[in-house]
Amino acid sequence: MDAILLQVLNGIDKGSAYALIALGLTLIFGTLGVVNFAHGALFMLGAFVAVTVGKILDISKITIDPERLDFLGNPAKIRTPYVTEWFGDFGYWLIEWSVLVSVVVAIPVMVLIGIIMERGLIKHFYNRPHADQILVTFGLAIVLQNIIKAVYGANPIPQSAPDLLQGSVDFGVLVGMTKDTVIYPLWRLVYFIFSMVLIGGVFAFLRFTTFGMVVRAGMADRETVGLLGINIDRRFTIMFGVAAAVAGLAGVMYTPISPPNYPMGMDFLVLSFVVVVVGGMGSLPGAVLAGFLLGIIESFASMPLIKDAIAAIGLPAIDQIIIYLIAVIVLLVRPRGLMGKTGIMEE
Amino acid sequence: MTLMRDRTLLIIFTLFVLAAPLIFAPTGAAYPDLLQRFAIYGIFAIGFNILFGLTGYLSFGHAAFLGVGSYAAVWMFKLLSMNILPALLLSVLIAGLFSLVVGYISLRRSGIYFSILTLALAQMSYVLAYSVLTPLTNGETGLQLRLDDPRILDAAGPEGFLPSTNLFGLEMREVFWSPTVFGYDLQFNWGYYVSAVMLILSFWISIRIFRSPFGLMLRAIKTNQTRLKYTGVSTRPYTLAAFVISGMFAGLAGGLLASMDPLAGAERMQWTVGGEVVLMVVLGGMGTLIGPVLGAVFIKYFENIFSKINDSVLQGWFAFMPGWLDNFFVTIVSPFVGKGWGLTLGALFMIVVIFLPGGLVDGAKRIGRKITGADRRAAKVESK
Amino acid sequence: MGILEVQNVNKRFGGLQALNNVNLDVEKGSVHAIIGPNGAGKSTFLNCLIGKLKPDTGSVNFEGNSVLGKAPHEINQLGISRVFQTPEIFAELNVLENVMIPCFAHRDGAFKVNAFARVLKEKGIREQAEDVLEDMGMKDKRNLQASSLSRGDKRRLEMAMCLVQKPKLMLLDEPTAGMSRADTNNTIELLKHIGETRGITKVIIEHDMHVVFSLATTISVLAQGAIIAEGLPEDIKGHPKVREAYLGEVEV
Repeated sequence: MDAILLQVLNGIDKGSAYALIALGLTLIFGTLGVVNFAHGALFMLGAFVAVTVGKILDISKITIDPERLDFLGNPAKIRTPYVTEWFGDFGYWLIEWSVLVSVVVAIPVMVLIGIIMERGLIKHFYNRPHADQILVTFGLAIVLQNIIKAVYGANPIPQSAPDLLQGSVDFGVLVGMTKDTVIYPLWRLVYFIFSMVLIGGVFAFLRFTTFGMVVRAGMADRETVGLLGINIDRRFTIMFGVAAAVAGLAGVMYTPISPPNYPMGMDFLVLSFVVVVVGGMGSLPGAVLAGFLLGIIESFASMPLIKDAIAAIGLPAIDQIIIYLIAVIVLLVRPRGLMGKTGIMEE
Repeated sequence: MTLMRDRTLLIIFTLFVLAAPLIFAPTGAAYPDLLQRFAIYGIFAIGFNILFGLTGYLSFGHAAFLGVGSYAAVWMFKLLSMNILPALLLSVLIAGLFSLVVGYISLRRSGIYFSILTLALAQMSYVLAYSVLTPLTNGETGLQLRLDDPRILDAAGPEGFLPSTNLFGLEMREVFWSPTVFGYDLQFNWGYYVSAVMLILSFWISIRIFRSPFGLMLRAIKTNQTRLKYTGVSTRPYTLAAFVISGMFAGLAGGLLASMDPLAGAERMQWTVGGEVVLMVVLGGMGTLIGPVLGAVFIKYFENIFSKINDSVLQGWFAFMPGWLDNFFVTIVSPFVGKGWGLTLGALFMIVVIFLPGGLVDGAKRIGRKITGADRRAAKVESK
Repeated sequence: MGILEVQNVNKRFGGLQALNNVNLDVEKGSVHAIIGPNGAGKSTFLNCLIGKLKPDTGSVNFEGNSVLGKAPHEINQLGISRVFQTPEIFAELNVLENVMIPCFAHRDGAFKVNAFARVLKEKGIREQAEDVLEDMGMKDKRNLQASSLSRGDKRRLEMAMCLVQKPKLMLLDEPTAGMSRADTNNTIELLKHIGETRGITKVIIEHDMHVVFSLATTISVLAQGAIIAEGLPEDIKGHPKVREAYLGEVEV
């Protein structure tokens, strides 16, 4: 039981990231009908917003303290981040909680990036074949990756979670099991909760606001909504911004889990496509459900017990390809995915 | 008329390819290693164009066939002989079989679903090559030749040396003629000429397919598949045949890569390599005969040139400017060169897709039309 | 016995009885029109004929062979050609290629890897294609890209693509839908011309009465999923049930 719980928990942090990226992909596909190969790059950009914020907060004044010597015997240089000098304790708090600051910064930045992307590039591709849309967004992804590589280098840049949220939590005790059976890193739990809130927020936005209602109506029947005199295009542009922000926030919050580097987006992109396909092209709940489901399945497949069982019946180890395998099977057996509608983009 | 034009095209192409060590000499790209890459990626792109250019089915999975071709060739070198002929045959065969399986599965869907299926299958093969199939692929290290490989057909060579790949004794890495022409030191090498012959052969096959009823059907699939079905044509076997043909070309390219440098690694199977061949074909001009080769040469050439340019080279270029301007230009240009080649490639790719969907070939045609059109107009004015 | 026999075909969509015990006998050489008000089940019926839908019960036989459950290309290979509501052509290819493709399909069957043959050396195919284009009055347009044709010419091209296969039966799905009066008249002339020169059996689904009465030799009237009347054009004109079904929609 505890082993199962542990695997579920291990699956949900990756699952959360899949779900968030797939949610954005589906939002863009559903509203604009565009398959966005640059969506992984948006996830990566979000992560690098966090890196940038961390760096900015860390800009320091260097003073020389003649009293103290460093290990070479020279007068010690003391770095004092400007924010701490200006704001005192609040400055320290900012540095400590830089991930949180990044979240706040990332929202407008990513929305803006999304809107620029849509207005500047994607807009011109609505009437072009899907292959062209794929190609141009693929090109954009390469460009964005390489800009980040040029600015930040190729190596992963570790980011830390706030002290308060580091370490582990004894999850087993929380759900009434024996002590020390299910230990789980606290930040991953935070990530899961954060993504649930974000997903809930997007759904609430779509369901309960007039704006969201119009967008949903537009997804169902763009022409009619347009005929009603509503400027659906502008709303769809804003939705692109929202989708970019969702991917970006997923990236920001992922930085303490895995140090960001420039190709991280591509890895997640391929998997997110798989998630979208399994969930059903165009279905928002499907994307979320499939995201978590595949994250958890992936985690289970890498469980030693299951690995042994698979080896015992003579099959090769499939833990690393299980997601792809599921995607292939789903596409062949049930092309509309778990919750998708039939006929979308089939011919 | 078209027959004549095709024949002329083939002849010019052949002359160009055979004279490449001379033609590329002034550009600094005329060394065997790079010329081989031009030819081999040209083959890869020609094959991919038969699928993507003619039928419009966009596969992101062709790197898998390239990789499989390389593995198959290295295994032949290990087990049978260092002669590249059996290795190439096996590469093409195995890649063909593999693409039959992948194509059979992924062609059950079309459009974006097809692309994602090929992506998933390619990524799956890549991961498998890394993990489960280690006995066949030697995992992360890659498959290499060893001294104690059996090589049952080959006579024992000198003790302690790895034998080199050859075609009936002609060693791939051997430079058989190195004259000096117009002050350039040329290198004529067997490896390049083997690749060149394969390239010419591939180009010829591609011309024949383009002009055949089979090719016409493939183009019909791209423009209106529904109509074709109601015209009495079963479209899936056609797309599958195109898929397998392109897979076999990829296998040949993979086998040739291994013949020039007998090792095979899983990184050759990564989907981004498959993305690169898409770039080549689109950049050159999808659905055109010569476009894919142009694209392949263009990308491989500039990849090579750009990666060599570093800041000190740039300083040299802009040295004639005043110091501050010099620095300014170096700062602007340097992210695009050296290790920043990827940025240039991505940007170039976007520009082509946005402004020139027909690729370089279309661009050349447009310029040509502009010139001739302008001439004609000028003539009209004169006659009046 | 007719060339196309439809017997007791039923099709339900949930609570809607789309086709109710439909029987139809298409005589060889006839022009059989199927008319009916909107929602009468004409499209459903056509989709059953071409294999896109499978009826719940009943049989559809073409020259004694069942067409049910067959793929579109198999049905075509039996000798049934289809003309679509909006002309379906190979827009990116030129006119001649558009006509040569069905010609190849007719000669080579559903699939053939003739990757080393040359289209240009297929003299026979080319001649057949050019003959049909000549007949349709489009020979001088053979090198134009199909997408550049006018709507009327696209319709002609599509007809040529059907005719070049020498079909035994042509299915026409509202061939004049959305056309101007002039284009409609041209299409009628075209179909009359085809009828005079080739005598191919035709089934026309149509609700433009002008078209129907200009062309049809037999008319079946479909209303609410059932055939309510069948006969010669002049009989149908005065048929009380038909007037009732159309509620004065038709001017006869």
